[in-house]
Amino acid sequence: MVEWTDKERSTVSAIWEKIDIDVIGPEALARVLIVYPWTERYFGTFGDIFSATAVLGNAKVAAHGKVVLKALDSAVKNMDNIKATYADLSRLHYEKLSVDPDNFKLLADCITIAVACKLKSALNPQAQATWQKFLSVVVDAMSSQYF
Amino acid sequence: MSLNAKDKSVVKAIWAKVSPKSAEIGAEALARMLTVYPQTKTYFSHWSDLSPESPQVRAHGATIMAAVGDAVGKMDDLAGGLISLSELHAFKLRVDPANFRILAHNIILVLAMLFPADFTAEVHVSVDKFLQNLALALSERYR
Repeated sequence: MVEWTDKERSTVSAIWEKIDIDVIGPEALARVLIVYPWTERYFGTFGDIFSATAVLGNAKVAAHGKVVLKALDSAVKNMDNIKATYADLSRLHYEKLSVDPDNFKLLADCITIAVACKLKSALNPQAQATWQKFLSVVVDAMSSQYF
Repeated sequence: MSLNAKDKSVVKAIWAKVSPKSAEIGAEALARMLTVYPQTKTYFSHWSDLSPESPQVRAHGATIMAAVGDAVGKMDDLAGGLISLSELHAFKLRVDPANFRILAHNIILVLAMLFPADFTAEVHVSVDKFLQNLALALSERYR
């Protein structure tokens, strides 16, 4: 089981409170599609996502970014049980969506970069370490049903 | 994923903007790498202080970033331009090349923090490619 100190718990909550899901979600997903274009393979129904301009103006990308980031709320509220919380989502991503779990790390990195843009130096090195630890636990949970 | 003409001009443009803060960017990036990825501390066991405020860490971060800035001018032949640095990392420092990606992530994060308006997704992808190509050039002499 993952151990969290009180400081880590409050750091994750504090960061989460400062994040506007409707802004960070679309930004993070757009960055994933632009910086790692092979991820386009998972979004065949989204229309034009084949240039940075198209991605940044795409309403489906923005909407889906919000969905994805909203799902992080479950992890923030269930830090002691992240693996179980995401079991169904993990199975979905494996069995139905066929997503290569390496992509979860790419998304996690883009979320962190979007958060860093917003929080700037408020995301000090220790806060960054805690936030990345949190996201890596989520990534592990999302990969847990791949077998 | 080699650098095309657009990548090179994007990287040169963002570097012109950020280079006055090169030392600060490097110091922050190295400090964060050591804090967020503790396994990287294994390469610096000869330093007494590996905290983010450590003068040794911050000075070394500045050194690294100066070399990155230098590489911006060598984008047409990174492998050729970085031979001696590659030999240093391969034979003397023996840094596992996986760590170059970790440092790149932290450089990108610090650029995003310090220049949020300029570090658009388009700049992000070109810088990511540049750092990846830089890492490749640095690994050139490893085997």
